Amino acid sequence: MSLAHRIIPCLDTDGERVVKGVNFVNLRDAGDPAALAARYNIEGADELVVLDIAASRDHRPTFLETIRRVAAELAIPLTAGGGVANVDEGRAILRAGADKLTVNTAAIRNPPLLTALAAEFGSQAVVLAIDAKRVGDRWEAFVRGGSVPTGIDAVAWARQGADCGAGEILITSMDKDGTRSGFDCPLTAAISRAVSVPVIASGGADTPETFLEVFREGCADAALAASIFHDSIQGLGALKRYLGEQGVSVRQTG
Amino acid sequence: MNVALVEYGAGNLPSVERALARLGVESRRASTPEALAGCDALILPGVGHFGALMRSLGERSLVNPLRDAVSRGTPLLGICLGLQAMFASSDEAPGDAGLALFPQKVSALPPADRLPHMGWNQLRRARPSKLLEGVSQDAYFYFAHSYAALDAGEAGVAYCDHCVPFVAVLEKGNVCATQFHPEKSGPAGAQILSNFVRRAGGKG
Repeated sequence: MSLAHRIIPCLDTDGERVVKGVNFVNLRDAGDPAALAARYNIEGADELVVLDIAASRDHRPTFLETIRRVAAELAIPLTAGGGVANVDEGRAILRAGADKLTVNTAAIRNPPLLTALAAEFGSQAVVLAIDAKRVGDRWEAFVRGGSVPTGIDAVAWARQGADCGAGEILITSMDKDGTRSGFDCPLTAAISRAVSVPVIASGGADTPETFLEVFREGCADAALAASIFHDSIQGLGALKRYLGEQGVSVRQTG
Repeated sequence: MNVALVEYGAGNLPSVERALARLGVESRRASTPEALAGCDALILPGVGHFGALMRSLGERSLVNPLRDAVSRGTPLLGICLGLQAMFASSDEAPGDAGLALFPQKVSALPPADRLPHMGWNQLRRARPSKLLEGVSQDAYFYFAHSYAALDAGEAGVAYCDHCVPFVAVLEKGNVCATQFHPEKSGPAGAQILSNFVRRAGGKG
């Protein structure tokens, strides 16, 4: 008996529709979030992440409605975020039906935000999302959808963020994101060693072997992917059967 | 049947409502002592902080009405923090008294492994369980917590391990609870909610 490694489909949305693109450019429509959520719920996803990558204030009511529609389809946990800058915005996302919220840019600019969110909703509801890129011999955290470098060391920031109250780290490798060349195992392992909270690896998902690698070598507690699931390149059931056969603890469904 | 969810600001209340609705069970929210008194079964959802939950119940004058409902024999299901609230106290908020339906206390999970204990885990059954009827032995359930009851005496019917064994399902008379979130635990979780409602309705 041990905690299962989680497989987490991610829906990047413009607030309303699922979109796809590399590095947030050349976005194209990839479907209705509620319809995809319903599919992944049945197919054995362990959790779902829904992000508002536009994160404009004008679109916020639309995104909250999207969270409501997605939550209505799920009997699994839902994490949502994108542009959350204060406790009230976090509350709105949780009230709409998310179990956890992600924070990224606002937390780097104002780390006590993590403490305030954890005090209000509990650490288990606060996921610190970090977009990291290899720079020299370390990884640097970027903000605003990966467009703005911060000069901050991603591993040190993960540690500080967990100390401030984040209950989970979602680490996205900008070098790997959209490449389908495998997760960034050294980055994930460095984050995983630095913190005692669960770590979700993101960016680079491809074959079932890439998931095995990130669980074994990257020491990830969960792995997140988008397009390989949206485009039915990889089925959730087959992926979990493979991982189970390789001795990875996963929740088998159906 | 009249199933009421105790409303005191718990974040997971709508999720529980939706899970019940999928089973065809209509529920209502009870936020006053009068509303608690007039229902056939109660669910105490919970997520967040032990002290905040108990203070919130206190501000709404719901602590004694909840205890009275249990004394009258009203079936009560606690979920996650709702399980923890049934104990006398918690390490999370040493100054705040719990509902004390069970005399033991809630402890912090040891920091030897990743915390929170977050994700899907399995159960080890210790005693026959009504909630777990029809649920596969190897089923997974969704947990998200850093505190847990390590002991509930005879009421502990199933345990989970995260460095230490802790109570995952407890049942005693008309009171039962799960440390995991049945409303977030797929078909296995739905079975548990169904078992609770069916037995509360006297059809089980």
